[in-house]
Amino acid sequence: MNRRWTDHVPQIEELARKLGLDWNPVIFEAVPDSFMTEIAVYGLPVRMPHWSFGARYIYQLLQRHMGYSRLFEVVFPGNPGRAYLASSNGLADNVLVTAHVLGHADFSKNNLLFRRCQEQGSAQIIEHAASHARQIEQDIESHGFNAVEQVLDAALSLEQYVDLDQPLRRQPFPEYQPDAPLPAEDAFRARFATLDAKGEALAQPRKIRAPLPPHPERDLLWFIATYGPEMENWERDIFLAVRDESFYFYPVFATQIMNEGWASYWHARLLREADFIPQGVYLDAIKCHSDVVRPVATGEQVALAINPYHLGFTLWEEIVKKSGIESARQVMREDDDFSFLRNHLTREIADEMGLFRYRRQQNGPVKVVAADIDELQESLLLEKYNFGAPRVSVTEVRNDGTLVLQHDNQLDGRGLDADRARKVLEYVKRIWRRPVLLKTVDAAANAIELSADSAAAA
Amino acid sequence: MSSDSTGNTLNGWYELFSRGSRDWLRHSEKIREAVREHLPQIVTGSDIINDGSRTVRVPVRMLEHYRFRLLSDGESQGVGQGKAKPGDVLGQASPASGPGQKGAGGKERGGTELMLEFKVDEVIDWLWDDLKLPNLQPRVGATEESEWKREGWDRRGARSRLDRRRSLKESVKRRALEPDSPAFTDEDLRYRQLTRRRQPALRAAVFFLLDVSGSMSERDRQLAKTFFFWVAAGLRREYKALDIVFVAHTTDAWEFSEADFFKVTGSGGTVASAGLAKAREIMQARFDPSTCNVYLFYASDGDNASDDRSPAGQELESIAKAVRYAGYVEISAGARGSESETMQLFQAAAEAGLPCSRFSITGPDDVSAAVRHFFTAESQAAAEGGQPGASP
Repeated sequence: MNRRWTDHVPQIEELARKLGLDWNPVIFEAVPDSFMTEIAVYGLPVRMPHWSFGARYIYQLLQRHMGYSRLFEVVFPGNPGRAYLASSNGLADNVLVTAHVLGHADFSKNNLLFRRCQEQGSAQIIEHAASHARQIEQDIESHGFNAVEQVLDAALSLEQYVDLDQPLRRQPFPEYQPDAPLPAEDAFRARFATLDAKGEALAQPRKIRAPLPPHPERDLLWFIATYGPEMENWERDIFLAVRDESFYFYPVFATQIMNEGWASYWHARLLREADFIPQGVYLDAIKCHSDVVRPVATGEQVALAINPYHLGFTLWEEIVKKSGIESARQVMREDDDFSFLRNHLTREIADEMGLFRYRRQQNGPVKVVAADIDELQESLLLEKYNFGAPRVSVTEVRNDGTLVLQHDNQLDGRGLDADRARKVLEYVKRIWRRPVLLKTVDAAANAIELSADSAAAA
Repeated sequence: MSSDSTGNTLNGWYELFSRGSRDWLRHSEKIREAVREHLPQIVTGSDIINDGSRTVRVPVRMLEHYRFRLLSDGESQGVGQGKAKPGDVLGQASPASGPGQKGAGGKERGGTELMLEFKVDEVIDWLWDDLKLPNLQPRVGATEESEWKREGWDRRGARSRLDRRRSLKESVKRRALEPDSPAFTDEDLRYRQLTRRRQPALRAAVFFLLDVSGSMSERDRQLAKTFFFWVAAGLRREYKALDIVFVAHTTDAWEFSEADFFKVTGSGGTVASAGLAKAREIMQARFDPSTCNVYLFYASDGDNASDDRSPAGQELESIAKAVRYAGYVEISAGARGSESETMQLFQAAAEAGLPCSRFSITGPDDVSAAVRHFFTAESQAAAEGGQPGASP
């Protein structure tokens, strides 16, 4: 049986089309495992150099070495989309992976969050990222390694601070406050205008400089790139390059459970309905499927983690069973993980899956706590808010150029880790080149002000 | 691998270049920079002396690229899965208990420890950064160094010393005269020549004197040997014509080879004068202070027998007059109430205008400071002026 997996691709695609999947063409490419590892670490096939990726890379290699993680595929949305398959995949693996990729491609073409970000440019994210990497290589040539690394230290540590509700090419704030609306032309105005000239001078609209920023601004990457008082243009470009990539990463991050679940649902279904696949391949593929979507704990086991593939897959199966494929497609188009879990993770499903909420004191035992379904959902979503980062925004740029950041400790429920925050401020200060302050609260909820300079004392 | 299961040829560059490795190298470089600031721990943190390897292994943590994080109140929460009811206590269940689980490893990346290997030479580079022997003077004596120097060119010589540039010039010259001749002939070849040059020698002898009496604990001896190890390694690299003499003493004194010296243990009382006398005898027999820069470094816990005070004082005085510099390293567990016997000896000598200095090591972190103390410009000035060294 010397068939190649590519022989099955047209058949699988035809079946998928019949079942209602709708995707942009996908280019499949098989790449060595080492390259797969790098895609997993960098998030993109080609990306800017930074030492923090090096640390993640080694970590990932260790994990792979110990058999923790195995990567079958990575898909990048776009038109055409690109799918990288590990060249170590077997025939059955690749049949499964092809079906899985079509699920992802369907998802990324139709999901609103993905679509919005792709309209902003992430449809060509691979090309963008490669050109950023190239530009940064050139910056290293002309400005030296250390200067570029300093900028990347700052920009990448603020990677999550983007505002997806703003366009990718965002305009600066208006410099002046909008003019007050002219008073209505009524009898009083007419009479007032006939009075002496002094009155007319008063009526001249005065331009008032708008404060900067006019409102707390959470798009830190854009704000620093736009208003950094002494930044070089190439430094601003690096900040914007990191922001560009974050626009791509956000939908991937915010729909992970849905997206993986959707792809798993479809690879399972396509496999089930594909009568053209030889028996042996089918069995191997099904085994591979059950490895991917298996719960972390089976039988009497207990695990302190969940498998997002398993969770997503279970939810989609349930939705399709209850309300049919058409309404499942509508959910796929309109939801992200927040609404997906809140709308569809019911008590019954949670019990069936054996989900529980736990608390653990530092180095203490793990306690399973009672949780109603809302608490369970929120607990699952806790790590996902605000791109997984504490809410920090710019509130003020003082006359001396001091950048004032404000942490929203009310919404986050507590203050920031002061040591880490100071280090981040240090990164930022080197690029902002003026003092940088951060307001947050300490463990006792007293307001504190951190700055890069206080790091030495700590 | 040139083809995959599709039969397509893979794009070659995937295997030629690893971005991950490149960034990992940069990470390691940054760690090395960071570790360099913790030199004292490297210097003492290993069994370098005993295992004879030329590397030091240091455990380090991976560098963290900092981001804003919420304050941890020591409590974590999450959603787990499996057979558990509210109220269950799961003990220290590992998050990665599921077999074959994808990427659910519970180990925090920040907690991963690496072993970094440093070459001894590398550490010496940092440690001996602009350190030198105090008060070294050129002395023209019996042993002059001779050195091979490059000088001139010849038409014959070893292939390895062929001077291509010169040879090409000759060829160009010749072909200018005879346009149709071959590009190179044997006549064109020029070889660099070497000649022997005699140079006045900077000769130095360093005495390491170690107290191995019963009062020196295993830890004390280890500290003293660590000190001697790094001094010897550094000196050997800085100075070519250098003799190091290893002497250990209890109530009696013996000369050792270097390998034995670093293994020597002993027991019994402490008579510093015995060790100093042995050093003086060797000095007189082998190293004439008029043609040789002699140095003495003495490591002890300072508990010299009290009846040895005046003999030791005399020995020290006669040595200190002959040597360029005498250093005393006191190994102690902590601050002591009064100055030790040996400390007083060296202090007296220093006050008498002799080039003596002293330093006290209380723990592993002081070793590199001790090395710096004895081999920096200040201690040289102190030695030349006969002023007492910095008080520990």
